[in-house]
Amino acid sequence: MPADRVVSPLPVAKAPPGPFVAFFRDFSENRAALVGLILLSLLVFVAVFANFIAPYSPYEQFREFTRIPPAWVEGGNSAFLLGTDEIGRDMLSRLIFGARLSLFIGLSVVVASMAVGIVLGLIAAFAPGWPSIVIMRAMDVILSVPSLLLAIVIVAIIGPSLTNTIIAITVVYLPYYVRLVRASAMQEKTRDYVTAARVGGAGTLRIMFKTVLPNCMAPIIVQAALTISNAILEAAALGFLGLGAQPPSPEWGAMLASAREFLQSAPWIVTTPGVAILITVLSINLVGDGLRDALDPKMRRS
Amino acid sequence: MPLLEINDLTVDFKTGSGQFRAVDGVSLSVDRGEILAIVGESGSGKSVAMLAVMGLLPWTATVSAKTLSFDGRDLLTLTPRERRKLVGKDMAMIFQEPMSSLNPCFTVGYQIGESLKVHLGLSKSERRKRSIELLEAVGIPDPERRLSAFPHQLSGGMSQRVMIAIALACRPKLIIADEPTTALDVTIQAQILELLVSLQRETDTGLVLITHDMGVVAETAERVSVHYAGQKIEEQPVGPLFADPHHPYTAALLAALPERATGKRLPSIPGVVPGQFDRPPACLFEPRCRFATDRCRTKVPPRQGAIAGFALCHYPLTHGRPIGHPHPEGREVAA
Repeated sequence: MPADRVVSPLPVAKAPPGPFVAFFRDFSENRAALVGLILLSLLVFVAVFANFIAPYSPYEQFREFTRIPPAWVEGGNSAFLLGTDEIGRDMLSRLIFGARLSLFIGLSVVVASMAVGIVLGLIAAFAPGWPSIVIMRAMDVILSVPSLLLAIVIVAIIGPSLTNTIIAITVVYLPYYVRLVRASAMQEKTRDYVTAARVGGAGTLRIMFKTVLPNCMAPIIVQAALTISNAILEAAALGFLGLGAQPPSPEWGAMLASAREFLQSAPWIVTTPGVAILITVLSINLVGDGLRDALDPKMRRS
Repeated sequence: MPLLEINDLTVDFKTGSGQFRAVDGVSLSVDRGEILAIVGESGSGKSVAMLAVMGLLPWTATVSAKTLSFDGRDLLTLTPRERRKLVGKDMAMIFQEPMSSLNPCFTVGYQIGESLKVHLGLSKSERRKRSIELLEAVGIPDPERRLSAFPHQLSGGMSQRVMIAIALACRPKLIIADEPTTALDVTIQAQILELLVSLQRETDTGLVLITHDMGVVAETAERVSVHYAGQKIEEQPVGPLFADPHHPYTAALLAALPERATGKRLPSIPGVVPGQFDRPPACLFEPRCRFATDRCRTKVPPRQGAIAGFALCHYPLTHGRPIGHPHPEGREVAA
């Protein structure tokens, strides 16, 4: 009877990591990006569940508690963790709802300018002659005006409101996308697989959006990640100038502006929205950098 | 009636410094089940002529022809929409660079299925079945698994096989292969050619093989058309062409094959193909021709008859000797 040898099973070859796992591995190699991602997800969480997290309504005024300093400062009230502003609204609640507004502005600006930019860029790349010339020269004109000035002009024309802020900033960021899309589409469309698609009987529209576009997405995604933060800054700047979201709404830039005169007497009303903007922009930029490194095959080591 | 008939095809490109004629009065015809090879050195307009047939030239090009018909349909008057229905279904093309001819963003299965869906309207399961059939036909092992492979996971030979599968997907009547083996190594070259020819025989399609490799021509083609600087200068069945070239260029080209070299040094053709600014007035090959005379410099050469291989020459060769030449021993003697 053969001795019952224990045959050790062959070590099962580990399956190669899937695309998402590989991407996350590359991404998390960059510690700063990981920190940025954690901060950003926290912000997103806070923004999404603002209704449940915020202790008070952002508009509720506690008239007997105006300009209370943050809880840890002398004279602070533990009911208002970050203090209250000049008319007794809870700063923490306003900041939490402000996160929702800022992220919304950032995202919608990016989505809008990306969508329009992709369409215009692809048209510019594929239509020779006048459509391309008209689009690209228009973009040059937009680029030649200082971005904040242009946003101010647009808002001044169509009137100050949150939607119009978004429209204005979208126009300001449009040229970057159009140029980026056009450049990479022009490069891609000379490749053989595009000719092969045409041999297969694909029409121009199909080639534009189905064949070429997916191959140009990597730089566009990175650009999108990097413009979210700029859009938030720009929106805050417009809000600060009184051209963005209008006063009662808890937009960070508008909060800064309305608290300007209390800089000496109640600095927390000014500094906390500023710090919030700083943290948001910083975390988005860190994530954007990490994204670029992870998506760029040249930076990848493996 | 031939499958593809090209009569007097001319293609001009608008360039910064005026018109450039890339294809000059080329006439060709291909039948079902026939293999026609187009040979010529780089810049002789062989690819451009075929791209013109497929309607793939950029907008800077103007195409004109007496007839340009495929399967009884006039390609010149076709609307873009009709052309798209025809191209890819009845006419397919295979390119030189297999690695870049596949879209890196989509799987192999998706790219094969695309034309099946558009041209034949097959359902998802039918497409899958046909795709597996096709991959099997082009000799790709384990086709079910390969369907979900991305182009970067395939080698050059594999990619070219996939390209052939895509070209064959809708059972085309004509396949144009534009230097299909140039980017592949020699063993794979032979396999791919063999595959192309056997598939062509099975399905009775016409095959146009663009190449500059005389070895490939000798092995696969039935009829050969030699191009030089945008003109067709000779056309013969493959056997007679190698045995008795009629145009001096063909003769020089064949003499430059290492297999045929007899002396210590490999004979070569001096000079380069004329470009936009150094186009000779009459015979385009005259500056590089061993037999050129004053007549070649002043008078455009006539098209010879079938016996002389339709050579575009004043003094077509027979068995290496120019007919009607004042000094048949060549330019050295004439000078």
